Amino acid sequence: MRALLTVFRKEFLENLRDRRTLVSALLFGPLFGPLIFGLMVSRIVNQSVFESNEPLRLTISGGEHAPGLTRYLEAQGVKLTRAKLSQSEAQAAVRAGSPGVVLIIPAEYAARSAAAVPAPVLLVADSADSQTRKTAERARLFLGAYAGTISQLRLQIRGVNPLLAMPVAVNEVDVATPAGRAVEVLGFMTYFVLFAVLMGGLYLAIDSTAGERERGSLEALLSLPVARSSLVGGKILATCAYMCLSLALSLTAFVCVFRFVPLENLGMSVNLGAGTALIFFAICLPFLPLGAALMTFVASFTRSYREAQSYLAVVLLVPTLPIAFARIYSLKTRPSLMFIPSLSQHLLMTSVLKDEPVAALDVWVSAGASLAVALLLIVLTARHWRRETMLG
Amino acid sequence: MIEASCLRKRFGAIEAVRDVSFNAKDGEITGILGANGAGKSTCLRMLYGVLTPDSGHARINGIDIRGETSKARAHLGVLPHAAGLYGNLTARENIHYFGLLHGLGRAALKSRTTELARVLGMEEFIDRRAKGFSQGQRIKTALARALVHDPGNIVLDEPTNGLDVIAIRNLREMLLALKAEGRCVLFCSHVMQEVAALCDRAVIIGHGRVLADAAVQSIREGSGAASMEEAFLKVLGDTQGVS
Repeated sequence: MRALLTVFRKEFLENLRDRRTLVSALLFGPLFGPLIFGLMVSRIVNQSVFESNEPLRLTISGGEHAPGLTRYLEAQGVKLTRAKLSQSEAQAAVRAGSPGVVLIIPAEYAARSAAAVPAPVLLVADSADSQTRKTAERARLFLGAYAGTISQLRLQIRGVNPLLAMPVAVNEVDVATPAGRAVEVLGFMTYFVLFAVLMGGLYLAIDSTAGERERGSLEALLSLPVARSSLVGGKILATCAYMCLSLALSLTAFVCVFRFVPLENLGMSVNLGAGTALIFFAICLPFLPLGAALMTFVASFTRSYREAQSYLAVVLLVPTLPIAFARIYSLKTRPSLMFIPSLSQHLLMTSVLKDEPVAALDVWVSAGASLAVALLLIVLTARHWRRETMLG
Repeated sequence: MIEASCLRKRFGAIEAVRDVSFNAKDGEITGILGANGAGKSTCLRMLYGVLTPDSGHARINGIDIRGETSKARAHLGVLPHAAGLYGNLTARENIHYFGLLHGLGRAALKSRTTELARVLGMEEFIDRRAKGFSQGQRIKTALARALVHDPGNIVLDEPTNGLDVIAIRNLREMLLALKAEGRCVLFCSHVMQEVAALCDRAVIIGHGRVLADAAVQSIREGSGAASMEEAFLKVLGDTQGVS
């Protein structure tokens, strides 16, 4: 135990002096996620708020053939730009990106409209461009609403109750809580948290194993009168400590970032204050020894920094796979899933974000399963360190 | 005192060490001499217990390294072939780390490090980080690290590799000082002059066997050769048919 603490102290101190470790463990890992995330979410928020307030802009060609329609659109606040474009000119212009959407009223519109047969209009848009696709959708809604008004008027003139043409009235009831809606946007946050946790320990896991071998200090260390399990234990413990720091920093950064992101404008509330951050911290804590043991185990088989880095890049992906599955299959918290580390932490954190009740049993099973796998990996690592091949 | 008796080690199809026995006595410098790949390092690694022999025993002060590894290692200082330091720690911290892992107390460690720094001439760089050390500074630190627990026996694997002339000379003086203190010094080398200049006793190893084990003087005289180099070649040549 004394040797284990000696190893822990030395690894902790040595890596505290290593710029590479510090940048990846305490800067890049924990802050990258929240920053990218904050930027992304605030952009989405600003954009959707901006779009619903901004008047629709349309370029209209041949508006003189449909004075009723143009008057209606302008009355609805649509900003019309009049132009004289043939269909092929309009297509070329839209493809070039300016203007975004063109509405063409053919000359036959007036005659067909007067005869009460379907009057054609052309909406030229580029559906591959997300901006103009949205503009085209809004234009389609306005055109549909105008068509509805006209059809009601036509029925009324002929003495028919327009309600006859509306057999079904659909009313939607949305049960999503504001916090639940936010999870749609925040779904990847748990991924960034687990990523930060692993990044925090990555370099120490490499430095204390492959690094030890690469700088040639391993053999001297192995010829000391110290149990190999103490060496492994101290190294994994030091890795855990860095992961713990990284986790704390990452959660703090998330709390700060969401102070400034105006999610309320989307009708969402973010359930991420200091209290939630502490709960997240507790949920992730059993994941630390698992991640540390996994990275140390894999890195113990490698001979150099470079080799360890390429293997651990794959290891970094492993804990994120269950999260991807959870999103694809929209998995919800249930006891059987609590046995899968990383997935269980993701689901529990998501539940907390959604303001759903979390069963104590689920938390215990999640922690127990993660710690059991961690223990297994620690034993395997210690066993590998006892083998002669460890010398390399 | 280090004893190797009938050590044997095989790696897959390769028999690295077939049958090696020798004694290294206290107050003497014993050199293991052999060509590259003769099995010198494998022998030493079995002596300090990071490799387990397929058969045979290694004893440090009469304690079996496999049976009571920790107890035997308390009497043994090791300078392995690659004696790398922790670059982000100072020389003192490097030495302390090993001392603590040997179970030394802080106070004992402090005075021992000061003493080693004085004896090995490390005072000017003892509190500098090991990252930018010269080869000479590095070997001194590694040696201090191996001696921190004041062992009666010390094993060095090719300690002069990569050292310049001055550093080699320093190292020689240090080894002679250790001998004068009554310690058992065992090192291996493929450089004959080094063994001839420094050792009381030489064990010549070829193809995993002991080809000669005698006082340096008597190996030279016994073979009738003028120099150690010729004596060495002669010993190897005599046994070429055997191995």
